[in-house]
Amino acid sequence: MTRHVILRALAKLLIPCIMLFALYVQFHGDYGPGGGFQAGVIFAASIILYALIFGLDEARRAFPPRAVELGVAAGVLLYGGTGVASMLSGANFLDYTALAHDPVHGQHYGILLVELGVGITVTAVMVTLFYQFAGRRRVE
Amino acid sequence: MTAGHYQYWIVAVLMMTGLYVVISKGNMIKKIIGLNLFQVSVILLYVSMGKVEGGTAPIVAEGFEVYSNPVPHVLMLTAIVVGVATTALALSFVVRIHEAYGTVEEDEVLAMEDDSTGSDA
Amino acid sequence: MNAAQLPALQIVIPLLAAPVCVALRQPRVAWLTAVVATWSSLAVAVVLLQHVLATGEAVSYHLGGHAPPHGIELRVDALNAFVLLIVTGISAVVVSASRKSLSEELSEKQHYLYFAATLLCMTGLLGMTVTADAFNVFVFLEISSLSAYSLISMGRSRRALTAAYQYLVMGTLGGTFILLGIGLLYMATGSLNMADLAVRLQGMEANRTVQTALAFLVLGASIKLALFPLHVWLPNAYAFAPAMVTALLAATATKVAFYVLVRFLFGVFGTDFAFDAMHLDRVLMPLALAAMFSASIVAVFQRDLRRMLAFSSVAQIGYMVLGLSFASELGLAGGIVHLFNHAVVKSSLFLVMAAVAIGVGSTQIEDLRGIGRRMPWCMGAFVVGGLSLIGVPLTVGFVSKWILVRAALEAGLWPVAVLILLSSLLAVVYVWRVVEVAWFEAPAEDAPQVRRPPAGVVCAAWTLAAAALVFGVFTDATAGVALRAARMLMEVSS
Repeated sequence: MTRHVILRALAKLLIPCIMLFALYVQFHGDYGPGGGFQAGVIFAASIILYALIFGLDEARRAFPPRAVELGVAAGVLLYGGTGVASMLSGANFLDYTALAHDPVHGQHYGILLVELGVGITVTAVMVTLFYQFAGRRRVE
Repeated sequence: MTAGHYQYWIVAVLMMTGLYVVISKGNMIKKIIGLNLFQVSVILLYVSMGKVEGGTAPIVAEGFEVYSNPVPHVLMLTAIVVGVATTALALSFVVRIHEAYGTVEEDEVLAMEDDSTGSDA
Repeated sequence: MNAAQLPALQIVIPLLAAPVCVALRQPRVAWLTAVVATWSSLAVAVVLLQHVLATGEAVSYHLGGHAPPHGIELRVDALNAFVLLIVTGISAVVVSASRKSLSEELSEKQHYLYFAATLLCMTGLLGMTVTADAFNVFVFLEISSLSAYSLISMGRSRRALTAAYQYLVMGTLGGTFILLGIGLLYMATGSLNMADLAVRLQGMEANRTVQTALAFLVLGASIKLALFPLHVWLPNAYAFAPAMVTALLAATATKVAFYVLVRFLFGVFGTDFAFDAMHLDRVLMPLALAAMFSASIVAVFQRDLRRMLAFSSVAQIGYMVLGLSFASELGLAGGIVHLFNHAVVKSSLFLVMAAVAIGVGSTQIEDLRGIGRRMPWCMGAFVVGGLSLIGVPLTVGFVSKWILVRAALEAGLWPVAVLILLSSLLAVVYVWRVVEVAWFEAPAEDAPQVRRPPAGVVCAAWTLAAAALVFGVFTDATAGVALRAARMLMEVSS
């Protein structure tokens, strides 16, 4: 893949922007449309674009499959952990009001953490799916 | 009556198309496409029922009084994710079936299974 | 944290244990995590059931602190506390037994995926049982189904793949029908909370949206619980999945689907609408009877032990649906006890089958000649399980069939009572075929040496078989609870 100079140059320009946009969608989800699902898919799209342009092996070096798999687990644990934290502080599962002194702050932290968990898991799952399908050898 | 509820006609036609594809086609990929159509029709039904006449997107802002019902949309976000997961899993089965049998046509796979009954059970 | 948090723990424990398995990856560690998670879920279920029976009131839990009907509510009453106990109990026993026998069918590298998928499947099943929100039922249903499909595809033979694919297509159709039914209910009432739905539906004139919702929900649930003639996915899925997966799914997945059907018919629509106005019993009863006979007859002619047990499952599901279709307290109680009976017994029988598959290397009935004397413990458990499947006194199978027969007589349907007894004779035939081959025929001359099956599997099979005996003698724990649950449901729905 040493040719395709235009594609490679453009990808290098685009991928950081896509990642930034994903982060914007992720963290602006409190105020407007957005959130973990959408952000996760956008973030995964940037990684998949990277793999398409620079090859699967390069992508696997940058984002090792084992780390991605850990991401799948970490996201769910973050989500569930937030819920358990609110349970430990005396409220119901996923009742964020108890997470901080001020209920409004608590809600804010809670939804931020939960959406971050969702975002991580969705990214990791999408990338895993791509790795698995793309890494399959073709049988004739 | 028909004009006022046109979205139900779209839903019903899409749904029956999907179901027909699932039942009639022997190609496993085509079956998955039919399954997707079927799911999408239900998603459309939900989304259309959330519409409030004259309502805008349910984001609180000044100058707007009437909002569409956001609940069906939120529900369908989950249903879409379920659909994606189902499709991915189904496609992965098809890939592995293709590796194991060399075909994704259901009748050919069935014929091969009949030949080998007992030996690989 | 106090007792009021228990309903949420029922979902949270397996949900969080699954990613831990994925993160740690070592087969032994993943197994330990799963064992700890399943046994603690069982402990939670036991405490919940005791609490519900002692206070006589349902435990309501507001997820995220948002009150119903707008917030999501988890609600545990006598009925679903009983189902929770069955699901967690079977999972705990089967997961504990699956360490060694799993290595026969799955490479060590994949063990953590198996345990993660099992825990997720359990999360889905427990979630479906514990939730009081109609849409949640769909979400948890899909969680459990998706993990079940992947578990089935782990089978050794390539036919596991086609079985899983077929199950996926049928299961997704069923799930989407349920989604459609819930959507129509929401359209008609504007609510998703089950108790709220029931109240709103009662005050409503009969209308076509609600009738259609009922039709789609019953259809979807019937696919999921493998009601004849929508059972075609079941025999292959059970026959080609890894043996441990079959032991788990056969005992839990269809049972929870049955619970969902019961919950919607009695807890949401109400008997007046579902049975008196829509005459659902005229559809369900013939199908249930057809399942009892056709599946039993097919089971008699199977040459493979696994497929025989799978078809027997379809027949047993017929009994449960039959109990439901009486729409009476006694019938419902019979269905619920039969749910318990079948879950325990079928899981035990499939565990025996797993041990036999390891010991003999085959599950063809003709290869089992004389196996009784060489694997006495194993086949002993099979005999006990088989007796309960037939419904011999002192087993829990007798209790459930006795209640079902009484319910049929109470409803004035004595031909149905006769049919229940006749179809039990068919169970005698297919169980006897195996017992005869295993105990009364001499082993073939060139029979290969029998390998010792892992002790864990045999222990698990006996634990469940013993449960079938114990609860057959002490009927208060099963019939008593089931009658209470049925009475509560009938009160809600009338």
